[in-house]
Amino acid sequence: MDPAVLISGLKKRYGSLEAVKDVSLSLQPGEIFGLLGPNGAGKTTTIRCLCTLAIPDAGRIEVNGISVLENPRLARQYLGYIAQEVALDKVLTGRELLQLQADLYHMPAKVARDRIPQMIELLELGDWADQKTGTYSGGLRKRLDLALGLLHQPDVLVLDEPTVGLDIETRSAVWQFLRDLKAAGTTILITSHYLEEVDALADRVAIIDRGVVIASGTPNALKDQIGGDRITLRIREFTPDDEAEQAKTLLQALPCVQEVIVNEAQGNSLNLVVEAQADALMTVQHALKGGNLPTFGIAQSRPSLDDVYLAATGRTLLDAEIAAAGSRDLKAERKQAMKGS
Amino acid sequence: MTTTATPNRSTAIDNADLQAWKAAIAAQTPTQPPGLFSPAFVQETIAMTRRLFIQLQRRPSTLMAGVIQPLMWLILFGALFQNVPQGLFGDSKTDGQFLGAGIIVFTAFGGALNAGLPVMFDREFGFLNRFLVAPLASRYSIVLASALFIAAMSLVQTAAIVAVSAFLGAGLPDPFGLALVALIVLTLVLGETALSLGLSFALPGHIELIAVIFVTNLPLLFASTALVPLSFMPGWLQVVASLNPLSYAIEPIRYLYLHPDWGFGSVVMQAPFADITLGGALGILLAFCGGALVLVQPLLRRRMA
Repeated sequence: MDPAVLISGLKKRYGSLEAVKDVSLSLQPGEIFGLLGPNGAGKTTTIRCLCTLAIPDAGRIEVNGISVLENPRLARQYLGYIAQEVALDKVLTGRELLQLQADLYHMPAKVARDRIPQMIELLELGDWADQKTGTYSGGLRKRLDLALGLLHQPDVLVLDEPTVGLDIETRSAVWQFLRDLKAAGTTILITSHYLEEVDALADRVAIIDRGVVIASGTPNALKDQIGGDRITLRIREFTPDDEAEQAKTLLQALPCVQEVIVNEAQGNSLNLVVEAQADALMTVQHALKGGNLPTFGIAQSRPSLDDVYLAATGRTLLDAEIAAAGSRDLKAERKQAMKGS
Repeated sequence: MTTTATPNRSTAIDNADLQAWKAAIAAQTPTQPPGLFSPAFVQETIAMTRRLFIQLQRRPSTLMAGVIQPLMWLILFGALFQNVPQGLFGDSKTDGQFLGAGIIVFTAFGGALNAGLPVMFDREFGFLNRFLVAPLASRYSIVLASALFIAAMSLVQTAAIVAVSAFLGAGLPDPFGLALVALIVLTLVLGETALSLGLSFALPGHIELIAVIFVTNLPLLFASTALVPLSFMPGWLQVVASLNPLSYAIEPIRYLYLHPDWGFGSVVMQAPFADITLGGALGILLAFCGGALVLVQPLLRRRMA
């Protein structure tokens, strides 16, 4: 059976910017696949190439075994695309936009007549369906956007940052909706720079950084791969430098502790990588007591996807976000994206 | 694709018609691309055109301004030229008769030139992506939908100008002549809309598009026979005006107004290089239109492949 989506050796350059250097992915039918990475990593460019909005410089892209580059029109019939920013015609009503969408996909009138009210019900648009979309709230706009993208029942639904800018309630509703869709057999590709989103939704994940896939697998496998547990420790709410250094030296001497990092941004809290063992917390606390140091707070956790990213790139997602925000020319990127090819 | 999941909210909405339609899609092969004459092309074009008319219906100010503006041209330009010496306007008996043709063409041209603006805004807001990710039979449907909309607007405007000119004493061409006026307007609109849409795909944003419209619109008006006859212009401007496609729309309409005995062999314009017949002018307009459509094809392909 063909993979639902196959991307292999994808390269895409915008002027001097190498947006995607080498991305390869394979999605099995019916799974949710997460593309995780900081802003500017190449996630959006990758899915623009997949959804025939940009022509790659090199690489192979297939949807249900159909080459997107050779038969874009055929491939488009199987794809549903939900952009990060909801673009609606504010003068038209939701129902009118759904009818437009139906015609763009050449849906027979008989099919559209049943399907449109069903989508209105499914996305709980209710009476809003006959109001101009200019009057919609953010959550309502997103729901209509989902209804539009799903109207032709795509085999593969592609969502770019599906919950950016949404309130928490709408976000969890979108998550549940995507899980329902998956249960119904739809293959879903999401991009996100939210760890929790990918962790909560994705069956498999690829972490992408500066245009390259740096790790991929199930979230669990990725976490197991880097191994160990994480302990976050605060000596005091705001620990003085000397105490933090003292604690670091003390804890580094323990056999179960692999690494200690002092996080200055978090009031000199200590981040420890320890062997995954049940009494690690006890051992650490005991050692602190022995060194006459207090414990303000301590917590043990499994490694997160951020730790996977950290292990591969030497920086956290947040660091990468901040660095990227400083160096990005958003205006130029927006123009490039608008130009398409 | 098989699914073993239990039915839930999303699976429950499947219906037989939808599944039959999806099966028909799956049976398609790459060797059957629907063309410009397929039902699919008609369906998408009608849908895009309908959207433009719904917008117009809910924002009727565009139509009102579109009708009022050429009538103001007609009255103001008429007053402006009221005291020019007899004979300046060639065969025309009144300046209104002379200016009517120019204003019809200029109005249609202006509407078509602006056709790219809404498309540019769709591009900037991301709405155009809905069209670009859809399996359109051909992206010419985007061009055709805009052209149909602008053509309908232009015909309403033309009808208003013709009616007001008649009221001001310019008379009316015969029914065939009126049909020919409509054909000339439609040809110009289709070609010019294609060029404007081409610009809306090629230029970086609406600021640049507005700049191009700004520097194109009035110079093309003044470098045509819209306001004064060819014979009144200096030699160099005669050459420029004879190369301006607008002149090839204006002069035939003007001729139809003045000569009830018109024929396709009638000379409508004496360009510096040749006498242009009515049939010749129509041929040149059609060639302009065809050329514009061919010219934008690579833009539709490349920008939106």
